[in-house]
Amino acid sequence: MITLSHFIVLGAILFCIAVAGLFINRKNVIVLLMAIELMLLAVNINFVAFSRFGHDVAGQVFVFFILTVAAAESAIGLAILVLLFRNRSTVNVAEIDSMKG
Amino acid sequence: MIDPNLFQLICFYAFGAVTVISALAVITLRNSVHAVLALVLTFFSTACIWMLAEAEFLAIALIVVYVGAVMVLFLFVVMMLDIDLERLREGFVRFLPVGLVVAVVMLLEMLGLIGVRVMHAQTLGANPAGDSNTAWLGKALYSQYLLPFEIAALILTVGVVAAVALTLRQRTGVKHQHASQQVLVNPRDRVRVVKMAAERPVDAAPAQESQP
Repeated sequence: MITLSHFIVLGAILFCIAVAGLFINRKNVIVLLMAIELMLLAVNINFVAFSRFGHDVAGQVFVFFILTVAAAESAIGLAILVLLFRNRSTVNVAEIDSMKG
Repeated sequence: MIDPNLFQLICFYAFGAVTVISALAVITLRNSVHAVLALVLTFFSTACIWMLAEAEFLAIALIVVYVGAVMVLFLFVVMMLDIDLERLREGFVRFLPVGLVVAVVMLLEMLGLIGVRVMHAQTLGANPAGDSNTAWLGKALYSQYLLPFEIAALILTVGVVAAVALTLRQRTGVKHQHASQQVLVNPRDRVRVVKMAAERPVDAAPAQESQP
């Protein structure tokens, strides 16, 4: 029988992997964006699990809105990435420091 | 015959293991295209887990929206930017093993899900109203959460406009077509009708062509 803790542990593992990915990949903006998607996915797993085991529809509705916002976020993020690559010809985070004080 | 609940639990562990391993692959693979493919597998496995949790609508939405739209957008951008030029040029065969692995694992997961449904595993928890998941979600979404739903649509519109506005670029030295100016043009500016005689009178024949 699958219990609530199964889902929460899975979400925690995914979230930790995503955070580790943010720290490991300091070179590639694309991988950073994908790590953010993984984080949102981990949170969504928790929402779905709580919604199912708490018999409340609000969790699944919230997952719906998170999906919407994440889609808009990735579209704008990729647009910024394309713009950045066009101007600087790099996706290396370390080289994008023109706003550094 | 295996116990249905045990099979469900085994499926959960299998999907969870695939999710975690492919998430690890996302953050460790050097090639960006491989990383995007691994992320597709992560989303698919998560959708299977949501299917086990009986959130069917969200599982399908995750596949349609994420795997179908967002990940394809990622792939477009990764391939358009051609970050490692030489390795991307080698083409289709390079990505074939990873793509095959992703496809086969997805197939196995789908078969597992079908097995869970066929064996009539005990449900985790019934909906209070007894509706299907989609009806349950839809009733809440269109009554209690109608305003946030409309705001979500607005956010998507703003996102699309922002993405287009960011990537649109005005190139110089490109010949554009201006439809408004084309419509507004006066015919007399373009074509000048010259009044002249239809034929010219031959009064002075050339001297060479005179009678021999």
